[in-house]
Amino acid sequence: MELLVGLITGVIWGYIFQRARILRFEKHAGLLTLTDLTVLKFLLSGVVVGALGIQLLTTLGLAPYHLKPTFVAANFVGGVIYGLGWALLGYCPGTMPGAVGEGSLDGLFGILGGLCGAMAYAHTYPFWKEKLLGIGAYGKISLPMLFHLPPLLVGAIFAGLLLAFIVFLEKMGW
Amino acid sequence: MRNGWSPYLGGALTGLLLVVSVLVTYQLFGHPRYLGTSTAYVKVAGLIEKAVSPESVEANAYYRKKKPGIDWKVMLVLGVPLGAFLAAVRNGEFRPRWVPGVWRERFGDSPAVRALGAFVGGFLLIYGARLAGGCPSGHGLSGMSQLAVSAFIVVAGFFAGGIPLALILYGRRRG
Repeated sequence: MELLVGLITGVIWGYIFQRARILRFEKHAGLLTLTDLTVLKFLLSGVVVGALGIQLLTTLGLAPYHLKPTFVAANFVGGVIYGLGWALLGYCPGTMPGAVGEGSLDGLFGILGGLCGAMAYAHTYPFWKEKLLGIGAYGKISLPMLFHLPPLLVGAIFAGLLLAFIVFLEKMGW
Repeated sequence: MRNGWSPYLGGALTGLLLVVSVLVTYQLFGHPRYLGTSTAYVKVAGLIEKAVSPESVEANAYYRKKKPGIDWKVMLVLGVPLGAFLAAVRNGEFRPRWVPGVWRERFGDSPAVRALGAFVGGFLLIYGARLAGGCPSGHGLSGMSQLAVSAFIVVAGFFAGGIPLALILYGRRRG
């Protein structure tokens, strides 16, 4: 049953991805060369709705968080390696299979590379665990914990800032 | 090409999908499922490796943590191409291609060169995502929605790595 829910969620998500035009190589290359911000706009509005909704759910006790731990060095270094791959590939882990569904068959090689990358990480994990994962390991922390403020308030302020940024982008004609 | 949705609409619907998914999975199955895709690659890679060499998967600390197998996340990632295919066909936008236009302008129309670029890119993408602990969905959408500190560091890293390389590879045109 849970597997079926996952599949249905994925189908809806893929449908949204395709309609919003974020499966295309051009859109990702456009974001990273700062010439087409479609993918950023998608993410920004997703986080506005997501931040308000998730903070509301958790505040009301309808669902718990599932925070990813902070490892400052590994988070950043991993992010940069990801960014290099993103620039070459022009898709991300979620949009890559979606791109194949839209006909961008080069995504198949990206998926193959991704599976090999996952395998390589599993076998080099002890190295990173020893060298990097201990640096800046603060555990499962969030902004509301850092600021000692109610999560819903921080969520609303954050969503407001993102909305202001969206308005700014549109005013500037990006 | 003009009949698509605004990215703001698509993003807002994705935010809603995240919230509904977390609510429904927690209420039905007892654990919240936040949208995220890069873990699925580890689960499937582990399955493939297990078929070849069960001992090496058994002995691996990372696979012990992530448990290879078909779970909600793998199904989520399998659903995405189905939904995208459905949307593309319904709107007459399914176009098979091996080499994207922007890539062709810079590196020519050889599918083999593009395949190599996509393979190396995909490798770095998932390798980096696993070291960072997630991708733009796991950290970007789900992480930032939870206001997780890790998410902000990772997303800064994505752009710190991606923007300089993309500018070198594709240049700044169409500005």
